[in-house]
Amino acid sequence: MAKRIEVSDLNIYYGNFLAVEGVNVSIEPRSITALIGPSGCGKSTFLRSLNRMHEVIPGARVEGKVVMDGQDLYGADTDPVDVRRQIGMVFQRPNPFPTMSIYDNVIAGNRLNSKKMKKSESDDLVERALRGANLWNEVKDRLDRPGSSLSGGQQQRLCIARAIAVEPDVLLMDEPCSALDPISTLAIEDLMAELRDRFTIVIVTHNMQQAARVSTSTGFFNLNGVGQPGRLIEFNPTEKIFSNPDQKATEDYISGRFG
Amino acid sequence: MSTSTQSPVRVAEDPRGPIRPQRRLPRYAALGLYLAGIALGAALSALTGFSIALTVIYGVILGTLAVYVGARAVEGRRKATDRLVTALVTTAFAIAMVPLVSLVYTVLDKGLARFDAQFFTNSMFRVVGEGGGAYHAILGTVIITAVTAVISVPIGLLTAIYLVEYGSGRLKRAITFFVDVMTGIPSIVAGLFAFALFTLLFGNDVRLGLMGAAALSVLMIPVVVRSCEEVLKLVPNELREASYALGVPKWRTIVKVVLPTAIAGLGTGITLAVARVIGETAPLLITVGLITGTNLNPFDGRMATLPVFAYYQLTQPGTATQAFLDRAWTAALVLIILVMVLNVVARLISRLFAPKTGR
Repeated sequence: MAKRIEVSDLNIYYGNFLAVEGVNVSIEPRSITALIGPSGCGKSTFLRSLNRMHEVIPGARVEGKVVMDGQDLYGADTDPVDVRRQIGMVFQRPNPFPTMSIYDNVIAGNRLNSKKMKKSESDDLVERALRGANLWNEVKDRLDRPGSSLSGGQQQRLCIARAIAVEPDVLLMDEPCSALDPISTLAIEDLMAELRDRFTIVIVTHNMQQAARVSTSTGFFNLNGVGQPGRLIEFNPTEKIFSNPDQKATEDYISGRFG
Repeated sequence: MSTSTQSPVRVAEDPRGPIRPQRRLPRYAALGLYLAGIALGAALSALTGFSIALTVIYGVILGTLAVYVGARAVEGRRKATDRLVTALVTTAFAIAMVPLVSLVYTVLDKGLARFDAQFFTNSMFRVVGEGGGAYHAILGTVIITAVTAVISVPIGLLTAIYLVEYGSGRLKRAITFFVDVMTGIPSIVAGLFAFALFTLLFGNDVRLGLMGAAALSVLMIPVVVRSCEEVLKLVPNELREASYALGVPKWRTIVKVVLPTAIAGLGTGITLAVARVIGETAPLLITVGLITGTNLNPFDGRMATLPVFAYYQLTQPGTATQAFLDRAWTAALVLIILVMVLNVVARLISRLFAPKTGR
């Protein structure tokens, strides 16, 4: 079930380096939130901090609060593994598990956690997830082939199927289309529009047209200079950001004057 | 404003000139020059008493010089250097192959004499002259190596997993350092270590197969750690992150994603580490010694092993010297075959378990 995420005064560090500073934002359930901004401004870092993937990097840490429907994700008694079960993630480069078949890749989230499932249940789950990711018709006859035998766009949809098969509440996508051609990109954008009914989606993208096409709200990140922390400059409904932004910097970025 | 902007634009002449057709030495010129060099070399070596080795050495030097000079004159400096370096690399390779070919030839030549059924079915029990075999030594080597692997693989693999997945800071640096130091330990020192350790634990005159396995483990563990560490580092971080993002705990990620992805490399590394210790002589000489009969229990008494068997056959021949020498060579041949089989197994493992990419 889609959930709301409230972020308050979030500072994100790599060791002693402050990468992102003072983010306050509220991400609505059943919406698609796009994060845009120039390279190195901390969009991906912020995204990874939402499901505690940031701290996987040695020395990386976070200050501040991220609350999902009243549950403090960075609370002392919150297990990061549980957080990641509720907040799924799709990465920039498609990364299916090379040792597993397409079928096993889809149920990897359950199987890796040694969840016992009947064959019929897992068959159902695979079909549902692959249909959800618009991949079922393309792979239904070769579910036992390795996941890496698919094309790049299909692999990325396989990764989305894998992420939604564990039924998360929130789906984070880190530039999911940047390694894909326009046709695969379109397929994934259509998919996002469908998934919007069931999940809260946050997507990082460099493609402003994409942000404008798919998202309901958009956040613009920027930094003052190299070595300075990134900040969330503006967060508004997408139409407002792209037609009449509050901030001069947002307008400059969107109209292509820098970045 | 400035005068330079008003100067006419000139098309720069390319200093390298136009591309000219390449002049080349005739196709068989190099071969001919080498043959001429060898002929001249044969003549030169005949001056000091003819020898094939000297002929080849003179011939290669003269031929290389002739080809270099010829290419320099016809093809230019870059091509000539290319030919010279090609000749140097090929010569280096040939020199490296000489001991290998010579060794395999000698061992086959002298070892095949006793490469018979009796060698594989008989021990040396009550054999003082001809006959006898290495049945006890072959099984002893296999058992002691297996025990060594049972000790070393878990320790080595877990250490590698710690270094790659968990370790950080000082402890990691210290372990890496000591593993590097251990790689350089002379095998006799490992043997003395096991000898001292078991003497302290069980008193004087203790001889066990297990002692030998402990000594070999000291040699094998660092090799396993090193090779497994390199292989685990090759597993892309994206796969770990993909697994974490599905809510899989770290230990499950390691067991079910990292290790299966790296299994081919791990198998190869471990097999090669086994091949590395299977021929060790010195540590076994002082820890397990040798017996003439068959002892298959590594927890009780001396055992025979192939390297030690070969050593004693060679250094302490009885009355029938030739029979002892033959057995020593055959033992060496069997040992080489064992190592070769292990290498083939390593290749099969890496092929069988490699992630399938087939499109």
